[in-house]
Amino acid sequence: MLSLDARAGLEDLYADYAARLDDGPLETWPELFTEECEYLVVPRDNYERNLPIAVMRCESIAMLRDRVRAVLETVMYEPRYLRHHVTNVRGRVREDGAIDARANFSVIEVLPDELPRVLITGKYVDRVVRVNGELRFAQKHCVFDSVLVPNTIVLPV
Amino acid sequence: MTLAIDWPQGEITRIPYALYTDPGVFDREMTRIFAGPGWAYVGLEAEIPSPGDFKTTFVGNRPVVVTRDESGDVCVFPNRCAHRGVKFCRQEYGHTRHFVCPYHQWSYDLQGRLRGVPFIRGVKQQGGMPADFERADHGLPPLVVTTRHGVVFASFDARVPALEQYLGESNLAYFDRVFDGRALTVLGYSRQLIPGNWKLMFENIKDPYHASLLHVFLVSFGLFRADQPSAVKMDDTGAHSLLISRRGEQKRSDATSDIANLREDLVLEDARLLDPVKEFAGDATVVMQTIWPNLIVQQQSNTLALRQLRPRSPLEFELHWTFFGYADDDAAMTKRRLRQANLMSAAGLVSADDSEIIKLAQDGVSRFRDDAAVLLMGGRDVQDTDHMITEGAIRAFYRHYRKVMEV
Repeated sequence: MLSLDARAGLEDLYADYAARLDDGPLETWPELFTEECEYLVVPRDNYERNLPIAVMRCESIAMLRDRVRAVLETVMYEPRYLRHHVTNVRGRVREDGAIDARANFSVIEVLPDELPRVLITGKYVDRVVRVNGELRFAQKHCVFDSVLVPNTIVLPV
Repeated sequence: MTLAIDWPQGEITRIPYALYTDPGVFDREMTRIFAGPGWAYVGLEAEIPSPGDFKTTFVGNRPVVVTRDESGDVCVFPNRCAHRGVKFCRQEYGHTRHFVCPYHQWSYDLQGRLRGVPFIRGVKQQGGMPADFERADHGLPPLVVTTRHGVVFASFDARVPALEQYLGESNLAYFDRVFDGRALTVLGYSRQLIPGNWKLMFENIKDPYHASLLHVFLVSFGLFRADQPSAVKMDDTGAHSLLISRRGEQKRSDATSDIANLREDLVLEDARLLDPVKEFAGDATVVMQTIWPNLIVQQQSNTLALRQLRPRSPLEFELHWTFFGYADDDAAMTKRRLRQANLMSAAGLVSADDSEIIKLAQDGVSRFRDDAAVLLMGGRDVQDTDHMITEGAIRAFYRHYRKVMEV
């Protein structure tokens, strides 16, 4: 069990994370990770079968920034709004002081001329550490439940 | 049934938009193209290595089961019970000795032969199947199956020619370039439901013209550029095609002056994302192959993937990605493949352009059914070329399409 303070800290981290993705600026999203972080967006079937392919794979904060830049400056996509809903946040303190954190997520996507729809749902399998007093993701595995996604996951999850 | 498509005889430089929306066209495609004499990709042998292993997939929009039987042969049969049509196998993959339909528990062996029918002789002399009921008459009709270097194809139509003949010389040679007989390792899957007609996906991969303009990421990093030595090759029918090119530099040239958003200044902070090494003989660093009716073989630098098309309706299709490597890859090569996969599939920095474009194309053609697409780049013919400023492979596709569809 986490202390109430630790739980509140974790909840705040997820809220901040979602806000940076949904409301931007997207360039600030990598700031919530450690230098040597691992960020994966991976279908649950791959994850549970130990198949290593992820649809997004970043192995450092620099690679996260590269993805943001590539998305913003090179990818052609319809404009869209995303809304992350992060629930069931829970955590366990490891012996090394890091927190193994879990949460559910669903992402609602709004495209031009279309009603909101569920883009993906899944769970975060994360490891959170404190860097200079601030909570940061050392690992974030976004494991989504359907292999099939509606068209394209353009923006980070 | 005749199709209500206004399309002058022999025309392949204009493609009626109705082909992307018409339910009658779609139904005929499912019959003539996907259930006709073509080799449809259904999987890799590495997915079903041992007797009793199976996977489920689709040929066109028809569900099928792919198994390895006791003798080690690969079998493919419809995933629908011979009794009342239930799609009996609900798992994507697994291991079994037999399949049992959950409705009335008819059971089938690994070759799809009917083995058990509960109450076949009735209960207490009541009911039961007629005396002339033969289980052998009620099996699951097998598809014809062929494998080449670990890749499994199936066809509903036994008239399909041998795969080697079907692909033709150049397409076979490039197929063998990636599938050279080495054991394959599946790295994982990704699937997209793309709101567009399935043919738009084939057109996209047969169109090198767009790749050097739309894909700013590819072009900016020199992975695919109009000024690089390139080739477009087809088989004699035009059904299959190859786009072949090689990596260039990240700088402007005469050839890139038409590319509005080339980003010469784009530099990766973590260069590991794109750290290609040469692994195939020859100069080509990218080969995109389309194999009629449902497969794209992708070799872009060190990402190897099969993209299988599953049409769902005239208006949408699924794209099933299977990423793979070789069993003898070292850890560094596997890592490289996994990192480069960032460019591809459901969140691909390059392929996202294509799935987004296909959606926008469908949004347009769906509402202007009486109009037609223009395919004049590179001329009006269907010849192989040694450049990529052409739509010849798309014209060749439609020439073959018209013959098969009788439209």
